[in-house]
Amino acid sequence: MNHAMSAKNVSDLHQVSDRLSRKFTRNISERLIEAVLFAAAAVSVLTTVGIVYVLVSESYHFFQHVSIVDFLTDNQWTPLFDDAHYGIMVLVSGTVVSSGVALLVAIPMGTVIAIYLSEFANPKVREAAKPILELLGGIPTIVFGYFALLIVTPLLQKVFPELPGFSLLSAGLVMGIMIVPYIASLSEDAMRAVPMSMREGSYAMGATKLHTALHVVVPAAVSGLAASYILGISRAVGETMILAVAAGMQPNLTWNPMEPAATITSYIVQVALGDLPHGSIGYQTIFAAGLTLLLITLAFNIIGQWMRRRFREAY
Amino acid sequence: MQALTTEQIRALIARGKMKDTIFQALGIICLAIGLLVIFLLVGDMLQRGMERLNLDFFTNFASRKAAQSGILSAWVGTILVMFVTAMAAVPLGVAAGIYLEEYAKRNWVTDIIEINITNLAAVPSIVYGLLALGIFVYAFGFGQSILSAGLTLALLILPIVIVSTREAIRAIPAMIREGSMAVGATRWQTCRYHIIPYAMPGILTGVIIGLARAIGETAPIITIGALTFIAFLPPVPFTGEPPAGLFEWVMSPFTVMPIQIFNWTSRPDPAFEINAAAAGFVLMVMVLSMNAIAIYLRYKMRKNIKW
Amino acid sequence: MLIHEKPALKAEARNLNFYYGEAQALKNINMPIYDKKVTALIGPSGCGKSTYLRSFNRMHDLYPGNRYEGEIRFFPDNTNLLSSDVDPIEVRMRLGMVFQKPNPFPKTIYENVAFGLRVRGETNKRVLDDKVEQALRGGAIWDEVKDRLQDLAPNLSGGQQQRLCIARALATDPELLLFDEPTSALDPIATGAIEELIHELKKRVTILIVTHNMQQAARVSDYTAYMYLGEMVEFGKTDEIFIKPQDKRTEDYITGRMG
Repeated sequence: MNHAMSAKNVSDLHQVSDRLSRKFTRNISERLIEAVLFAAAAVSVLTTVGIVYVLVSESYHFFQHVSIVDFLTDNQWTPLFDDAHYGIMVLVSGTVVSSGVALLVAIPMGTVIAIYLSEFANPKVREAAKPILELLGGIPTIVFGYFALLIVTPLLQKVFPELPGFSLLSAGLVMGIMIVPYIASLSEDAMRAVPMSMREGSYAMGATKLHTALHVVVPAAVSGLAASYILGISRAVGETMILAVAAGMQPNLTWNPMEPAATITSYIVQVALGDLPHGSIGYQTIFAAGLTLLLITLAFNIIGQWMRRRFREAY
Repeated sequence: MQALTTEQIRALIARGKMKDTIFQALGIICLAIGLLVIFLLVGDMLQRGMERLNLDFFTNFASRKAAQSGILSAWVGTILVMFVTAMAAVPLGVAAGIYLEEYAKRNWVTDIIEINITNLAAVPSIVYGLLALGIFVYAFGFGQSILSAGLTLALLILPIVIVSTREAIRAIPAMIREGSMAVGATRWQTCRYHIIPYAMPGILTGVIIGLARAIGETAPIITIGALTFIAFLPPVPFTGEPPAGLFEWVMSPFTVMPIQIFNWTSRPDPAFEINAAAAGFVLMVMVLSMNAIAIYLRYKMRKNIKW
Repeated sequence: MLIHEKPALKAEARNLNFYYGEAQALKNINMPIYDKKVTALIGPSGCGKSTYLRSFNRMHDLYPGNRYEGEIRFFPDNTNLLSSDVDPIEVRMRLGMVFQKPNPFPKTIYENVAFGLRVRGETNKRVLDDKVEQALRGGAIWDEVKDRLQDLAPNLSGGQQQRLCIARALATDPELLLFDEPTSALDPIATGAIEELIHELKKRVTILIVTHNMQQAARVSDYTAYMYLGEMVEFGKTDEIFIKPQDKRTEDYITGRMG
């Protein structure tokens, strides 16, 4: 292919013009290919646009019938009744309580595992821990739902006999276990990224491993830890099946985890399971709920970005 | 402050080491809890569902009688949906990954694309279901079909495929690219003959991991209206009269494994718990084998690369 | 003519051998460290000077597969620092170390210096305040930071960070200060400030410094040891080593013929 592009005699001229025209078509096909590849990359943008469009347009129709104030302040959520109420806080309370329980489990457990693996564990233990965490993170959430309803709830009922068959507690605990691998692996990565010289500086002063881990490594890795916690919150808020199966799908404005309740996500599932005519207000409620969910997730993402910038690694 | 005596130092160190030991125990306990959960779960599903795990289970349709209720529609549906998902996600994801790594310039357009990909990875799966409901099911008119489900899941795992593709491409040393360009190959020729083949194992690993994730997804599929109780199979793919008949199956209603499990778990009748356990176990095996294949591929890849 | 008096010993390496796994990095080192003097370790890359330095505070114990043979005697109590009966943490509480690349903790200036004191269990605020100020003065950085003790340490310039690290090491009154190429990451002005500081510090604390910069060794130290391929080739007063080296290998290194 490395032929010079100059003609040495007349018969070569044909070859030159052939090559020139080939170069021209080659250019066109290159451009075309680039355009196709670009279009593929742009699909991600289209997806976001699609999500926003669908949620906003259906919610727009919804908010023609229901005022935003009612939506935010009503304390009942009964969209399918004759006397319909559309207070999103009912669903939000379920989401908040279940996520709260989940994070109370996942953040301490995930962080302890991360510190242990990063600062204490010998390579063999680390090798053994990796598949455990990957396995835990790979279990489908419907299977976790099964776990929560049919294994965890009966176990909890031995301790709390008054616990109902569906509860935010049971679902929340299992959600927490599900989130542990995410927090553990991201936090561990953040801690491993702290340079050894910082640890040596601490050890050289006579500090123990735990003291070094808590007072030097963790503060140095704070930005990564915060990012992992935010991811955990996002996962908890967006989780659907564990709650749909084990928390009951009954809207219930409560802050008590020992009760059943619906969350934003399990409500959407409940409606989807039923038969709602396209365009009815019941149908539109799931988009209003979805929009709320998206905004909450977005807010946490933005907080996460902000925290990441604020706690930029100081080394 | 006077210097500490040797005894004081030794006492201090002893206290510190004890705290070290306690924390190590804590760490191991937490890991053990994770292990315990896995054993409890798998053990329970196996033990409870054992009696149902026979050939009939795989060849029976769902039925009102638990003992005769099988996962035929479910696993067939899962395979068909996964097929569509792969057909959509792989070309799109790989193409997007190639564009971002090989062609994209550092400008605001590229930034927007990358921000989108990161954000989409954090969007709850049920929102994808809502997107699919509004756009695929109604606006495009694909209805509550395998096609809608496959496309939805493809969008869901797209970030995973894109990221794996990019990482696989990034692992290729610059000298390979430069070597190809130096003999006059165009960018696409370089991609086609060098980059893609070398990145393929990494891409494949990412695709398998993405599919393993998609197999277990329930919420978006429910949202677009997969049926939870069906007693039929979609038409056999690519049979039927061409041209429309070839693709009848894609527009057919369907169900998938996770939804079948959901249906059985939600029933008050305890007999169906057995079915749920058995189906859950089968699903776990599917997911685990796919992950194992991906890990194996990654391992083989590390051994074979010689640069 | 002054009678040569041998100064008191602070430490002494006796038949010290060190192995990274199978590879032997230190071969039969015998060397005194004199009290309240600056001893410099010089030699080409890979000669083992950092390895030797880090043996003093048992830094090698942090990594698996390392092995010491021989002793490092520490005075006045004549303890063998390398003994398996002696806890490395105990050794590290008595010695201080300053690293090649400044490594301040991601904390405030105050907390960086107070770190060692807190490790020793000190919680009294007044005591901490006093010791921190004392240490920062000792590190020749008090005037620059006294009004911003609550600022984050990593925000300081490279030279300031290193002086902070010196202050941090001083805060716990170490019996021996180990410097591992402390100025190789700094600009000439910062380097000069630290060399001046070392001059001051040796009045109060014994110093062992590794440097790849011969001129620095000549400027700063009282005694110099030349190491090559893990061996202690020559040890003596700095003046004598640089003017009249006994060993040809030392002479080659010093005159730049090698290394």
